[in-house]
Order: sequence, then structure tokens, then C-alpha cells
Amino acid sequence: MKRLHVDWTRCDGHGACPELLPELLRHDDWGFPVAISGERDPAVPRELEEHARHAVATCPLMALRLYEAPAPAGRR
Amino acid sequence: MTGQPTGQPTGQPTWQPTSTATPARTRRLLDPSDATPTPRMSAAELLELAEASGLTGRGGAGFPSAIKLRGVLHAGSRPAVVGNAMEGEPLSHKDAVLLTRNPALVLDGLELVAGALGARRAVLAVGPEIDVRPVLAEAARRGNGVEVRQLAGGFVAGQETALLNQLEGKPAVPRDPLVRVTERGLDGRPTLVQNAETLAHLALAAQHGARWFRSAGLPEDPGTSLFTITGSSERAVAAPGVVEAERGTPLAQVLAAARPSDDVAAVLVGGYHGAWVGANDVQVPLTRAALAPYGASVGAGVLHVLDTATCPLETAAGIAGYLAGESAKQCGPCINGLPRIADSLARLARLERDPRLPAEIDRLQRLVTGRGACAHPDGTARMVGSTLRTFADHVEAHLAGWCPSRRQAHTGQVVGHGTQEVSR
Repeated sequence: MKRLHVDWTRCDGHGACPELLPELLRHDDWGFPVAISGERDPAVPRELEEHARHAVATCPLMALRLYEAPAPAGRR
Repeated sequence: MTGQPTGQPTGQPTWQPTSTATPARTRRLLDPSDATPTPRMSAAELLELAEASGLTGRGGAGFPSAIKLRGVLHAGSRPAVVGNAMEGEPLSHKDAVLLTRNPALVLDGLELVAGALGARRAVLAVGPEIDVRPVLAEAARRGNGVEVRQLAGGFVAGQETALLNQLEGKPAVPRDPLVRVTERGLDGRPTLVQNAETLAHLALAAQHGARWFRSAGLPEDPGTSLFTITGSSERAVAAPGVVEAERGTPLAQVLAAARPSDDVAAVLVGGYHGAWVGANDVQVPLTRAALAPYGASVGAGVLHVLDTATCPLETAAGIAGYLAGESAKQCGPCINGLPRIADSLARLARLERDPRLPAEIDRLQRLVTGRGACAHPDGTARMVGSTLRTFADHVEAHLAGWCPSRRQAHTGQVVGHGTQEVSR
């Protein structure tokens, strides 16, 4: 299963990713992405993988990563 | 829990090394007279020792040492080994005491690991608050190639990737955690970062064996730990200092060494990133499982005693404000969220009667959790969330326009201990 990771040291709250992935992300009070599921690195359903890839490619700060994760990451 | 610790906390609490006669059973780390040589080990032997002893990190996160070791070994290339004595937590002094009283044991542990892993570099990183001379002298006497580096401090400077960045001459800010330091750390090498106390425990386990190591503490949480005990006022604890105690020793028993006052409201377990244990619950054993319901962990062994005449909300707001200022200022949720949390908590502390404040603080602490390169927002959120839960009655009083602690300070009457039971 793939997960979406935000590199917070790069993310500047540009705001593109929640618009491209509204099923997974929303904006916080300051325009930074928040996982709707509450997960640290939200799981990406297969049908959204293409959108996620697009969001990764679109991020102007290259702050998004899509990675393969066998084990479920901790909920917060 | 499957076992009961039998030992008493030992050693007179003190920031400075003193010669105290205490029984040997739990007095492991602070007694340099024990001159058993530390054996050399192969990587396989060291891994077996770490697994059999059940040693966990004593720097805060409590991660099993064996897992880190295995990660570095699997990475393949020659690693770096870093001893972490940054001790950026203002309420912690145990690494300072250890490195002053028994620098040889920390170096023994570092050399043991470096030798077993065939490390390219072995570095001991020492925070600016620590007297580095004893360990520098000991390292120079040995001439074994361990670099002792005194680095610039700050709360986040001891976070392992911030520490590696500083060692590489970069700003001391955390790295994105997607790449583990056990894979790519110092100079791009697989890197084992272990707290100074953890290294000392490892050296002792190598000297005396895993069975000996497990003769203190609990089967599921073995060994001893150093604890730093401080108070919110001179009244709160009469003798603040550092003590060694078995894992699983009841909180009250460890605190007794520092002679706490009778008017304890709560104890902040785990320091500024920790959580409160109310006065009614001070018999809780200091072990991972027993502290979990409070949201607390043994962490780096920081125990801060709050007396009933000190306002917990003011205390927590002060800590939150400090932590907001200590952000590495890389991650948006931390940069923006922590000052807002601290400010809202400060408003509550100064009796602003806005009934929306507790819910807003709670929302914000949840919002920042898990959203940073390091655990700084998570730790701050943990302390703040615990404050709202533990002192719910105190929060109610503030919203009604009065502070039980301040009333007590003025009248001498204990109005309420602010120590609601946590839900389990």
C-alpha cells in the first residue's frame, strides 16, 4: 500500500495538494495540508494513486513523497 | 506487570558528583570505583547482548537498542556511532552528572559499540551546559579515536538528526524522518545514535552480562535509569537532584530521595514533552505500561514536582511559551501552532473568562500532533493536552475567574489539588 508523506522541512503551505487530493487532505488554519484520516502519512487508496502522483509532481517545493509502506503507520 | 522491583532509589540527589555510600544493587552508573574492564565484542555478540538485556534508549524515546543496532548492521557499509549527551531538556541533568562522575563508562560504551560495528567515526556530542573536561581528559588519556565535541545547545539540538546536522557543520535543525539515520546519518553513513546513559548501560551489560542487567527492574522493562528530580519552587522538593532507580520503581519512592513537600499537586513525568501524574496517583510504577494511561513515559527520567501553591496552568503556559520559542522554525504547523497554543494557554492562565479556550487549545494541540519533521510539536501537544485533562477542575475555576493555587498561596488553605484521576 502507498502512503503520502509531507516533508515538513520543505512544505511552505503553498496549498496545491489539498486541492488536488481533497479526498485525503484539507488545509489547516495556516494553509498547510492536514490528513483527513488523522494519519501521520495517510494511506493512498489505489484509485487515488494517480491523483497523488500528480500532487507530488505539482508541489512547487517538492515536499511530497509517495512511498510503499507494508506496515500501517501510527494514527495520531 | 509481571515483576516487582525491590530496590530503593540510591544515591544522594545532587547535580555534582559526591561520594555517597549506597548499596550496589541499583547503584550502577554513578560509581566509578567499579573498575571491571569492558570486553571487546563482535557485532553479533553485541546484538545478542542488546537483545538479551532488553535495553531501551534512556534519552527520551525509549527505543529498543537492539532494533537500532540491527538497522545499522543491515545497512551494510561502515557506520558512524554517535553518543548523545546534548541534554537540551532544561529539567534534565542526568547526562551532566553521569559525564562528570563516570565519563569512563560512557566512553567504554561508545568504544564497545564502535569496535563491534567497525565504525568509521565515533563521536560523543556534549551539550553546552555540561562540564566537558572530565570526559575530554579521559578520552585524551585513552587515545582511542573517540571525538568529543561540545556543541551549541537549545531544546531541539539534541534531536538526533539536528545533532548530526550540527556535527556536519550545518544548522542544528531536524531532518525529514523518511530516511532513517540507521540507513543514512552522519556524513551519509549508517549511524547509530545512542544517549550517553544508554551507552553506559551497554558497557555495564557487556561487563556483567544480560542476566545481571535484568536483575534490576522489571522483566518487560529491565535495568535501572537515572532520574532528575526538580520542583516548581524551593518548597516543592527540598533536595533536587539526580538519582538512579530500578525501572518500575513507584514514582513516590523515587521522589522520596529528593524530599518532596506534603503539598504536591502533580508530577510532570518526562519533562517539557511529558505528561502529568496527579498527586493521588504517585504510586504508579515508572514503567512504559503503567505510565501509558497518563500519556506519559519514563523518557529521559525527568520528574518535576508541582506544589499546590503553584498554578499548573501558569506553569504549563510558561513551558509551552518556551517550547514555541525553541521551534527549529522549519515546519509550518510548529511555527504557527505552538505560539497559538502557548498564547491560548496563557490567556486561560491569567483568568480570561472565555469558555471557548479549553476546546480551542485542545483542537490546536491535536492539529499540530504528528505534523513536523521531529516530535517537538507532538511533545508540546502531549504536555498541553495532559494539562487540560489532569487539571480540568483548575481550568473550570479559571473560567469562573479564580485560581485555586493563588488562593492557597494567599490564604494558606488548600482549596483543591487539581488532581483529577485520569481515565483508563
